[in-house]
Amino acid sequence: MGISLSNISKSYKKVKAVQDISFDVNPGELFGLIGPDGAGKTTIFRILTTLLIPDEGTATVAGFDVVKDYKVIRKAVGYMPGRFSLYQDLTVEENLTFFATIFGTTIEENYDLIEDIYVQIKPFKDRRAGKLSGGMKQKLALSCALIHKPKVLFLDEPTTGVDPVSRKEFWEMLKRLQKKGITILVSTPYMDEAALCDRIALIQSGEILEIDTPKAIVSQFPKTIYNVGADNMYKLIQSLQQYEHVYSVFPFGEFVHYTDKRDSFEMADLQSYLEKEGLTAIHIESTKANIEDAFMELAR
Amino acid sequence: MKTIGYIIQKEFKQIFRNKGMLPIIFILPILQLVILSNAATYEVKNIKFAYVDYDRTSTSRALIEKFNASNFFKVLTDFPSQEKASAAMLSGEVDVVMEIPNHFERNLLKEKTADLSITINAIDGAAAGVESGYVNQIVHSFNQGVKMTILDTSKKVAQPVTIQAIPSFWYNTTLDYKTFMVPGILVLLVTMITLFLSGMNIVREKEIGTLEQINVTPIRKSQFIIGKLFPFWIIGMGLLTIGLILAKLIFNTPMLGSLLLLYTYTSIYILVILGMGLLISNFTDTQQQAMFIAWFFVVIFILMSGLFTPIESMPKWAQIVTEFNPIKYFVEIVRMVLLKGSGLGDILPQLLKTLLFAILMNVLAVWSYRKVN
Repeated sequence: MGISLSNISKSYKKVKAVQDISFDVNPGELFGLIGPDGAGKTTIFRILTTLLIPDEGTATVAGFDVVKDYKVIRKAVGYMPGRFSLYQDLTVEENLTFFATIFGTTIEENYDLIEDIYVQIKPFKDRRAGKLSGGMKQKLALSCALIHKPKVLFLDEPTTGVDPVSRKEFWEMLKRLQKKGITILVSTPYMDEAALCDRIALIQSGEILEIDTPKAIVSQFPKTIYNVGADNMYKLIQSLQQYEHVYSVFPFGEFVHYTDKRDSFEMADLQSYLEKEGLTAIHIESTKANIEDAFMELAR
Repeated sequence: MKTIGYIIQKEFKQIFRNKGMLPIIFILPILQLVILSNAATYEVKNIKFAYVDYDRTSTSRALIEKFNASNFFKVLTDFPSQEKASAAMLSGEVDVVMEIPNHFERNLLKEKTADLSITINAIDGAAAGVESGYVNQIVHSFNQGVKMTILDTSKKVAQPVTIQAIPSFWYNTTLDYKTFMVPGILVLLVTMITLFLSGMNIVREKEIGTLEQINVTPIRKSQFIIGKLFPFWIIGMGLLTIGLILAKLIFNTPMLGSLLLLYTYTSIYILVILGMGLLISNFTDTQQQAMFIAWFFVVIFILMSGLFTPIESMPKWAQIVTEFNPIKYFVEIVRMVLLKGSGLGDILPQLLKTLLFAILMNVLAVWSYRKVN
């Protein structure tokens, strides 16, 4: 009842959107597609939701082929596109009723599934969807995608442009839906959300870099990472990049993530180098790698 | 059925909530009907007329008085010389200049013939033709008067026999151009509004992204299309009704034929237009593109429909092209049914052709509509 892709390729004219993609999502799993904009995430979603026919390869959703059995799939999946795509000039309740009706069901019939989510926007049920805040729009879109009790849920960048509190709430909702036995495929450009998935696929330029649990991906990171801080961020990055033993340098929040080529790295060496470069308030400490570091390393 | 019903309901809600759309649907057509019916006219009136009278006799004054008495001419000035009159025509002050030469009366009396010079601004060829006709008419009637009063007093022998034709104008006895135009403008408004609205409607769903969400649902192509287009079919029929009421109230347009027949024909005709709208929206991605394409076709169809210019006077190839113009048939039928009182038998050829177009357009439109890329 999960999702399976094997050797899927799709090009738009000359641009290759995805190349030779294969992965499986187990039933009941919360699977994340992690990658930057333009990596091909939306193309994968459009293929799996039967909106796009792949050039090569086969894919199944809930056991049905996306090309041959598209009619069955459309009944069995819920899709929330990246762009808010409900009727802005209809009210919250009208939108929900509309989607319930075209799926041949009613709000009452599947109310238990959406109750958690819908209860939060119910006070605004007579408000036009276009007048809702970003977070509430997402909740309404999720309710509409769930109203027909789908077996598989596709969420294309559901949290892009949503505030941190709503994002957190949204992921908690996904976790609860997962417990109800729904297979969820979610994409996001935010690396911190990746840690919340059961398994993730890191994707860039239409190719999969790595598929594993977030923990395993992080633990495979080959180097020790150091948080380096100083008073002048710009100069710090420049100096680190010119350091003879540098392996990688990425800005990360208030620090810079630094890795060294050598196996025997001495913090003091770097400290004195940076002092010589004229930086002050230097701070170096080792830290744990996260998904973003892993992605950057794999994408090198 | 329930699904279609709900889509229709949803569509109407959206139409009536769109504050920008409502005036377009209901107020613009009314303005169009009232303004165009009054303004679009073939009649040439208030012709700016000037004369140069070198003769200055009672005969020449009598001729000028004839022009003065006519409704069509607005006698502006007399110019002392032909040069002044030409200058006035160049600057656009006058359209027709009549020059009465010296010895006009004397020649008429002695030699029974005299010359007049008429100069007409012929930039608008059609208007110039009409003006020339009016001038000839007046000069002709003046001629007859002269024969009676001056010539025939002496010898009554050679009275020439004249044949007079008295035309009887059928279907529009008073030659009122509004009677002719109003039914045509009705066609214009039903066509334009329904085509634009339906053409932009599905594109709009594409543009705001809702179509993507709809396409993932198990809704059938036919359900969606019928649900989307049916409201515009209703609006089209509503527009016809509003138009007919206004035509009766404001212009007192005769309605001789069966209105039921007109409605039956219109119900088929709107299907053609909706099919066109759908076809346009299938091949465009934004409302802007759809609008431009719809405009392109509407302008061509209307100018080649016989609404403003008679099809009979178009070149042969253009006449063949108009055979494929659904608006032409509607213009013909609305005039036939309202003004001539034609029955089903009379309009059957046009009705069948329109039906054929309706089937063709909608098959093409539904076939080219794709839920999947």
